Parts: sequence; C-alpha cells; structure tokens
Amino acid sequence: MSRFLSTRLVESLAVLALMSFIIYGLIGLMPGDPIDVMIASNPKLTAADAKVLRAIYGLDRPIIDRYLEWLGASLRGDFGYSRSFHRPVFDILGPRLLNTVLLLGSSSLLAILIAIPLGMWAALRAHGLFDEAINLLCFAGVSVPSFWLALVLILVFAVGLGWLPAGGMGPVDGGGLLAHLRYMILPVTSLTIASLASFTRFMRASMLDALRQDYVRTARAKGASPQRVVLGHALRNAMLPVVTIIALDFGALFSGALVTETMFAYLGMGKMIYDAIIGNDFNLALVGLLFATLVVLVGNFFADVGYVALDPRVSFRSLEEQR
Amino acid sequence: MTEARSQTLWRRFLEHRLAVASALLLALFALLALAAPLVEASMGIDARQVDLFNRFAAPDAQHPLGTDEAGRDLLLRLLYGGQVSLFVGLVTALASAAIGTAIGLAAGYHGGRLDRFLMRFTDGVIALPLLPLLIILAAVDLHKLPLPADWVRSESVNLYRIVVIIALVGWTTVARLVRGATLSARTREYVRAAQALGAEPLRIMLRHILPNIASPIVVATTLSAGAIILLESVLSFLGLGIQPPVPSWGNMLTNAQELIYASPRLATYPGLLIFLTVIAFNLLGDGLQDALDPRARATRLR
Repeated sequence: MSRFLSTRLVESLAVLALMSFIIYGLIGLMPGDPIDVMIASNPKLTAADAKVLRAIYGLDRPIIDRYLEWLGASLRGDFGYSRSFHRPVFDILGPRLLNTVLLLGSSSLLAILIAIPLGMWAALRAHGLFDEAINLLCFAGVSVPSFWLALVLILVFAVGLGWLPAGGMGPVDGGGLLAHLRYMILPVTSLTIASLASFTRFMRASMLDALRQDYVRTARAKGASPQRVVLGHALRNAMLPVVTIIALDFGALFSGALVTETMFAYLGMGKMIYDAIIGNDFNLALVGLLFATLVVLVGNFFADVGYVALDPRVSFRSLEEQR
Repeated sequence: MTEARSQTLWRRFLEHRLAVASALLLALFALLALAAPLVEASMGIDARQVDLFNRFAAPDAQHPLGTDEAGRDLLLRLLYGGQVSLFVGLVTALASAAIGTAIGLAAGYHGGRLDRFLMRFTDGVIALPLLPLLIILAAVDLHKLPLPADWVRSESVNLYRIVVIIALVGWTTVARLVRGATLSARTREYVRAAQALGAEPLRIMLRHILPNIASPIVVATTLSAGAIILLESVLSFLGLGIQPPVPSWGNMLTNAQELIYASPRLATYPGLLIFLTVIAFNLLGDGLQDALDPRARATRLR
C-alpha cells in the first residue's frame, strides 16, 4: 500500500512541477509584460529606456534562470505581489478560495442529493418511459453551454421576473445572511444543473450494474424485501463508483466554477484566475492556476485512496497491476 | 466489411430514431452554414454591413431575425457563425482523434516502458485544469513566437489557434481507448500471422489493427466534436477564441450579457444553436455506439 501511495505522490509532484514550468513559460508569452505596461502609461519612455528597465528587472535573462529563481522564492513561501490588488498574492487567494469552496460545495452536494435518487429510480425502471425521459434530460444537461444556461437563468429570474439579483456577492450596505444567500441562488442553481446530468448518468449506470450482481440475487433468494435489496444491498455498492467519479471530476467542476463565477460576478477563485489572466496580473494568475492544478491532483489522489478504502475487493496491489 | 454486416449496422443505427434525427439536423445545419454566401446574395445585404441607425431592429421582411447591436443581420451572422463553430468542432475532433490514435497505437502495440511513459503522460494531461489552461494558451501573444508575421496578423489565425490548442489537450480519451483496444488486438491471430510473415510494426498497426479498432474511435470522435464545440463557444464567449468581426456562436453571446436588457433575442438564438448542435452530436454518438459497438454499452461507465 505504501508503495502505491508513494509512487502516486511522486507522480503528482512531478506533474505539478512540470505544470509550474509550463504555466510560467506560457504566462511570459502573454501580451503585456510589466515593462509593456510601463510604456503604455508613460509615452516618454524610449526603446532604449525599456531595454535598461528589462535588464534592471532581469527580464532579459533566459527563461529557465527566471523560473528557477521564482521557484526558489516560492519554496521559501514568497509568491510575490498581485499587480492589480497591490497586496501579497496569498492575501487575495484565501477569501476567494473560501467563496469557491462554498459555491462548489453547495452545488455538488445538491447535485449528488438529487442525482442519487433520480439515477436509482431510472435504473429500477430501466427502458421505461420515466427512464427515457431522464435519459433525454441528461443528454440536454451535458449539452447545454454553461454560460448560456447562466444567461438564460439571468434572463428569466433577474430580467424577466425580477426575483433575484443578476450577479454580485451581496447588497452594498451589508445586509444579513439571508440577503447574501439570495445572491447565491442563481450561481448555485446554474452549477447544480451543469453537474446534475453527468452525476445522474453515472448513478444510473452504476445502479444497473449493481442490480445485476450475484449478491443482489442472493439477497432476493434469501427473501429480503425489495426495499431492503435495493436500499441495503444495491444502492450502497452503486454509490461507491459514483463518489469516486465525482472526486475525479474535480477538474471539470473547477472549469464550471470559472465560467459561472465570471457570469455572475461571484468573487471566487475562477473569476480571480480569469481576471488575473485578462488583466496581466502575472503573479496572481500563476499562483491561482498552480493552486487549481494542486487541488485537482489532490482530488485524483483521494479518489484512488477512497476507492480502495471503500471497496474491499480492490487493493492497492491490484490498482498497481492495472496501471 | 461484408454486405450483410454493413446492412446489420445500418439497420441497428436506423432503429435509433433520435440518432437518425440528430444526423439529419446536423446535415441541415451544415448545409445552411455552407449556403450562407448564397443566402447573403439572395437577401441582397452584406453580413458585415454595420448600420448604427438600425440597431436591435425587430424581425421584418428584410431581416428575418432582426439585427444585432451594430445593426448587422442576425440570420446571416448565425449562418456564418455556424460555419466557424462547425468547422472548429469537426476539424479539431479529427485532429484530436489522429493524435490520440497515434499515441494509443504506439503505447498499446509496443507496451513496456514506452507504454508506461505515454500513459503516465496521458494521466498528467487529464489531471490538468482544462479551462484555465486553455485560457492561458488562447491568451499567448503569437508575436512573441517565431512565426511568420503576415500569418500572425491574418484573420484566420484565431481559427487555427483554437483548433491547435484544443487538439493539444483533447486527444486523451481516444488515446486511452485505442491503447486498450490495441492491447487486446495485439494478441489476436491475425496480428501474430502478420508478425510471422515479417510485416513491419507500422504496417501492422495501420493495416491490421487500426481497421479492427475503428468503431470506438468513430464513436469517441463524434462525442468529442460536441464537447469541442462547447469548449470553443466558452473560449470565444470569454473573448479568447474566435475574434470579432468573424462571428462564431460563442462570441456572438459575448455582448449579449451586457445587452440582455436591450435585446434578450440576441442572447437566445446563438445559445440555442450551440445547444442543439451539441446535443445532436451526443445523441448521434450514442446511436453509433449502439450500432457499432453494442458490447461496450453494458460495460461502459464502469
């Protein structure tokens, strides 16, 4: 077991290190480095001045040197300042992360709570009218562009009916907890719909699979009641792969959060990364992206560990052989 | 493929009514998009003609769907946007499938360390946060790369850039599928026979293995075309994909959010077309899977 875990850990760290280099290089290729911004704000700067400035800031050195220096500073805990906020990067990251966790957590929980009974129900009545309807809705759910779904929700509930705010984090004058919750309804709904469809499909497939297993037949043969067979035997086992898949899907969830947060002006990590990239805030973009990669890798890692912990038939050894 | 087998496949596909309807819908969209210049000529207006006195016009005889925020005809923009979105979806799906097939064949056929390296690499790419990475790739300033300057300034460069960056991360599903199928095909008699006759590895992979594992590739490519159209629309919507004035269904929605009070119509049509196209690709892929690969049905999603 420890061998499997340590190989996984080393691999994840290697991916993270590689990603940091790739992102560092790519960010350097974006338009507008710090000197470009200085030139834009001060037309008196000549090309010669710009060259001197580049030398002073070390921007004329080879990229590998600059990367290693950045890496050294980062490992000492110095991630630099955000250009647009004029504060250390981590001061900004913290509250944004909390908001995203809140958004992703509540929408994932909601999606799971709806998807499990829905998928179970569809599997129990496989190929019936209800199942077909759910199936078609799931196809619709995975095919709808998330930003357009958000746009339609704004169109209906904010513009048309005027029930809910179109975006933002809360009323300007503060307001109570309830006032803030009103601002969360549309983003959470939009993200929930986005993940609901794929979760339901996984749950249905997993439940169908569980219902075919020997232990379900044994339980039936023993004379267990249908409820007990479904809830006690099949459901418990069917939920296992679904939980794993959801953990593995963290990257997709995060991409969804980026779009939804941007659409609803919700101040989370996704919007922060998007704004940082668009606004040439290199340090913030770099750290935000690396943090997102880290979270996805940790999610994948725990999906593997959780899978083994939950399913007695799978051992770390068998996972290792599979790979 | 024998005639009887192709007839069976065709029958199984036709039984899937939704997939047939989807195929027809996609064909219709493709035809309409290709016919955009003809429609433009018959309507007698220029799709790029800005008319600021006629912004947000309601549908009338001259503009069947009305005009947008710059007074351009919405119907024509939707048709030209369809050309772009469908082109990007199809070409990128094919490019991703080609990369994925090459990597999957190499890994599955040679096995050993090459296989381990390529699959770890695939896992690594899958683990990346896709959208933020695509946003950075799309934001790269091509002037800073050693590319011909005329080419970088041309209008079509955004089109190819989107195709390249999505294909760079989109090949993983096909690579895994092909690797798995190749692993099992490698031990079959026809491969053994070809090896015994002294055929070269490349020839065995392309002539003997590839035709036998084509079904899952076709299914995965169809499904990925839908997913790619979604990705392109998100990137273009965020202002990083296809750049105006070239219309794509995604970038037509960019302004729609700000103009949502002025003209809800502008926010509706492009999104609806993306939605219909993507769901059609997904249903078509599902139908093809039933027809080509019925065994996969029972085991997939496990």
